[in-house]
Amino acid sequence: MFTVLGCMLAGMVVGFIFRKKHFKIIQSVLFVLIWLLLFLLGAEIGSNPAVIRQTGKLGFDALLIGTAGTLGSILGADLLWKWIKPDKSTHEK
Amino acid sequence: MKSSLIILSFFATGLLLGIFRLLPETLFNEEISFYVLCCLMFTVGFSIGQQGNFVRQFRRLNPRIVFLPLFTIAGTWLGALAVGFFINGFSLFDCLAASSGFGYYSLSSILITRYKGVELGTIALLSNIVREIFTLLFAPLMVKYFGKLSPISSGGATTMDTTFPVIVQSAGKDYALVSIYHGFITDLSWTFPSLFW
Repeated sequence: MFTVLGCMLAGMVVGFIFRKKHFKIIQSVLFVLIWLLLFLLGAEIGSNPAVIRQTGKLGFDALLIGTAGTLGSILGADLLWKWIKPDKSTHEK
Repeated sequence: MKSSLIILSFFATGLLLGIFRLLPETLFNEEISFYVLCCLMFTVGFSIGQQGNFVRQFRRLNPRIVFLPLFTIAGTWLGALAVGFFINGFSLFDCLAASSGFGYYSLSSILITRYKGVELGTIALLSNIVREIFTLLFAPLMVKYFGKLSPISSGGATTMDTTFPVIVQSAGKDYALVSIYHGFITDLSWTFPSLFW
């Protein structure tokens, strides 16, 4: 994980050095890399027979836990957002 | 929404090619995706560095935002607990452990598989993928209805890599650093709970 963060820091430094120059291509590069990553993730899961065989049986439970966890965290974020928002609007005035 | 569908179709294509073994075996080692991740992070860093005054940008945000990872974790556990009562065959603690990857599918599922068995490991993997795809697809809707922090919470530990661009697109560039901070903290914190539960 620290290698990954190191890559990001290196990127920040390089980006900061070249901040005067505008690179429009960066957005496209980002998305292509994400497509590639998700493609590889799919391939990794698909080629793992243990996971695929279990999907039917365990998939429903996973869907339930995944969705509930996500919804719970969204509601948490909503709570925090409401907590900071009034403060923010007075700040802007 | 369109960009999310593209992402999903790439995932689905990879999945199908993997199931039917249509890809060369060398593609399946984890190193390739690690290199891609490093490239992605470099690019993410680059786009942040380009904005220059990110320290000032961060200061402009409300300091209470530092609590965001706590809200994410608490919300996730409450959600997992709520459905845990309806799941047969697994204890409440198992459900908590499975949800504690916060979207970091690879590592958490490997650890859970090792310490709690393949079945729960698979659930952890799948439920975290559900979480990631959910975020990739619905980030714009979340911003609309639950505020700009919601896609960050929803993305869990992935908010500094795979879900990062989608979050910046939907919540705005001001939240780029929040997203990375959040990903970093949840990433560090999942290890403990997923074993503890």
